[in-house]
Amino acid sequence: MAALDTPQPSTLRHAFGNVLSLFILLLIGVLAFSIRLFSVIKYESVIHEFDPYFNYRVTQFLTKNGIYDFWNWFDDRTWYPLGRVIGGTVFPGLTLTAGTLWRILNTLNIPLSVETVCVFTAPIFSAFASWATYLLTKEVKGVGAGLTAAALLAMVPSYISRSVAGSYDNEAVAIFALIFTFYLYIKALNTGSLFYATLNAIAYFYMVCSWGGYTFIINLIPMHVLLCIVTGRYSSRLYIAYAPLVVLGTLLASLVPVVGFNAVMTSEHFASFLVFIIIHVVALVYYIKGILSPQMFKVAVTLVVSIGLIVCGAVLAVLIALVASSPTKGWSGRSLSLLDPTYASKYIPIIASVSEHQPPTWPSYFMDINVLAFLVPAGIIACFLPLSDASSFAVLYIATSVYFSGVMVRLMLVLAPAACIMSGIALSEAFGVFTRSIKFQLPGVSQNSPVNAGDTGTVIQNDVVKTEKSEDSLKERPSRKNKKKEKDKTERASVVRQIEKRLLVLPLEASVIAIFLLVLLGAFYVVHCVWAAAEAYSAPSIVLTSRSHDGLHVFDDFREAYGWLRHNTEVDDKVASWWDYGYQTTAMANRTVIVDNNTWNNTHIATVGTAMSSPEKAAWEIFNSLDVKYVLVVFGGLVGYPSDDINKFLWMVRIGGGVFPHIKEPDYLRDGQYRIDSQATPTMLNCLMYKLSYYRFVETDGKGFDRVRNTEIGKKYFKLTHFEEVFTTHHWMVRIFKLKPPKNRIRGKTKKAKSKTSSKRSGTPKKNPWH
Amino acid sequence: MGRTTTSKDAQALFHSLRSAYVATPANLKIIDLYIIFAVVTAVIQVVYMAIVGSFPFNSFLSGVLSCVGTAVLAVCLRIQVNKENREFKDLPPERAFADFVLCNLVLHLVIMNFLG
Repeated sequence: MAALDTPQPSTLRHAFGNVLSLFILLLIGVLAFSIRLFSVIKYESVIHEFDPYFNYRVTQFLTKNGIYDFWNWFDDRTWYPLGRVIGGTVFPGLTLTAGTLWRILNTLNIPLSVETVCVFTAPIFSAFASWATYLLTKEVKGVGAGLTAAALLAMVPSYISRSVAGSYDNEAVAIFALIFTFYLYIKALNTGSLFYATLNAIAYFYMVCSWGGYTFIINLIPMHVLLCIVTGRYSSRLYIAYAPLVVLGTLLASLVPVVGFNAVMTSEHFASFLVFIIIHVVALVYYIKGILSPQMFKVAVTLVVSIGLIVCGAVLAVLIALVASSPTKGWSGRSLSLLDPTYASKYIPIIASVSEHQPPTWPSYFMDINVLAFLVPAGIIACFLPLSDASSFAVLYIATSVYFSGVMVRLMLVLAPAACIMSGIALSEAFGVFTRSIKFQLPGVSQNSPVNAGDTGTVIQNDVVKTEKSEDSLKERPSRKNKKKEKDKTERASVVRQIEKRLLVLPLEASVIAIFLLVLLGAFYVVHCVWAAAEAYSAPSIVLTSRSHDGLHVFDDFREAYGWLRHNTEVDDKVASWWDYGYQTTAMANRTVIVDNNTWNNTHIATVGTAMSSPEKAAWEIFNSLDVKYVLVVFGGLVGYPSDDINKFLWMVRIGGGVFPHIKEPDYLRDGQYRIDSQATPTMLNCLMYKLSYYRFVETDGKGFDRVRNTEIGKKYFKLTHFEEVFTTHHWMVRIFKLKPPKNRIRGKTKKAKSKTSSKRSGTPKKNPWH
Repeated sequence: MGRTTTSKDAQALFHSLRSAYVATPANLKIIDLYIIFAVVTAVIQVVYMAIVGSFPFNSFLSGVLSCVGTAVLAVCLRIQVNKENREFKDLPPERAFADFVLCNLVLHLVIMNFLG
């Protein structure tokens, strides 16, 4: 800070620097918002994928009925006949945020629809997240590093993939809450202020409301506290930053209905309690050390250690016995699959089947964090010179997030802020070294060094990427202006120091070339991010497009099918499909579904899977017992859409076989290979999924050539006996079938034969699971 | 290391602890008393729960955590007000107390909500 008797130019420079930082932050916010708008420009303002449709439906309910009905909502339009308690099983943060935003905008007489607010929530919060990254990195290293890290986070593709306009999912607000909680923790640690510790607990509460990944925070912060204690960095600021967070945080976490008493009973939270006890012991030890003389302290230590060890051992034994008595040792399935990556594939096929839960490939690292992947090690080294509490936290954060991102591709998202922070630090330090070298070697500048205490930092401005908003062009031409502003906050006044620093400078030409190369690196990063945002991550996946020689084809089959269901079926009709489409069906078609993406009931999903894998008659029985009227399958064979139900079919078999043992996966494979052509097994050719997908498929081209599997199908001419086709969309992507009612008369059978068939029916093992 | 040496050591330890503690200023001793009161209340609640069972669990949790919470916050106040702490030399004690009150307000708001 400037002293009172400094010459005017320095304070002016400070003020100018602050204004410039503010302006840069504003631009970064605008950049973060606009880079996520590609999907709105290329397609339309529509909600993407599957999970956001559920969140959208919940937000609609909230805005229509108010908060009390929302907390007590029991949804009977899904998981028929079980229903779902929405109030107690959903993370309310996202929907409450969007609902509040909508309510505020409407009171200000800005009549945006709920859908618009939902679509644009994610870009707005990504702007907030980059500002939070600025604050966090500023606490770790300084203003220059903060601005660089914020600019990097605004564009990093991994974060863009989960927060484009339309991706209305929990991560949209959760990443902002994560970074902001970490910022407040570091601020409380650096200043020792109880005020920031309170704010930290409140921000943690917001994080618990938003995402199941809050367990990352409540395990990372205790790990960091333990690290500080073990490396001898215990201070009273650490106690003030941590202890109130544990108490307040546990209480606030129990307030959220989804978490409830899990906040004190599951193993995911035990680390925080353990470190809470440890920090109290350490604090007591330091206090006693402070008030005693050294010899007496030694006596105290020997006494306490002998007694304390016995007590500790007893308590630990009790705790271990308690935890070991539960079969999963108190952890939930998802957390266990994080710690042991092979756990899910052995025990819980549903978790293993979700594509987001697979480990990432090496190229996906380069795709998702690009240039940052090799700036991170430089940042880690920069954090060690010098090592402070905050920078040790940053190193721990990057280490743990790299591990978790290696387990599940979905968690690359948690790696992104850590990578941006590290890269921001690295880039800022590098620029600092180079510009200092240049400054010392420029003639006439090195003599002026006003007496001022401050730190050296440089500010880099990467300007906003201009995007062309033309409808027919899918390629973006980024134009970037790079302005390099050198800000002079000079070092301490001593000449000796200056001479020392002068010895550390690099040659002038090398510095200039190095700065140019770094700027070029940033340019490559920007180009890649814009490309990734435009091409890879902006697809709404409910509308598909493809280019051919005669223009752009749009495949809007999903909404066509849901619209048909909405207008041509009764309100109370039940629709059965694989669980992927449950949320979309309930939200857009407004019909009751049997299973949906929440996947909380494995047996129910296994029932549907078994039905899809059984022959027609058995499948009809199962669906009839669930009151199903319509069955929906997704078929991509005509147009080459690879994520259709036939490609997912083996998962249906595995999940069904996990609960109903008469479904065996080898029955559907010929020599271990999954085929649907003439070499397929008879079980495969007779199962419901095959029949519903390929019914009348041979009529399209005469040969029945499946464009996804690249073969002709095995059984081409067959009739359906228990189902009838009611609707197939334009490109045959969604096919809807109706269950035929049971026959009125059973032809040509006597009473004795009827009783024989009925007893035969009850003899076969797989039947209505509800009897 | 005979029995008498350890007991003599223990006695000497207690003596020095007590003499060192008597020297602390009065306001810190009041805060210490408050902390001990809060912890004892928490222990009483746990013993009560062990006797009559833990239903309703949320009330038990909020009761115990409110005692532990005020104890922790009082410890933070003591740290910040203690003149011997060099890190908090510039912090006016009024600011420390204001933070303490604010944090207690938030804590008890949450407790009231969770008490059921």
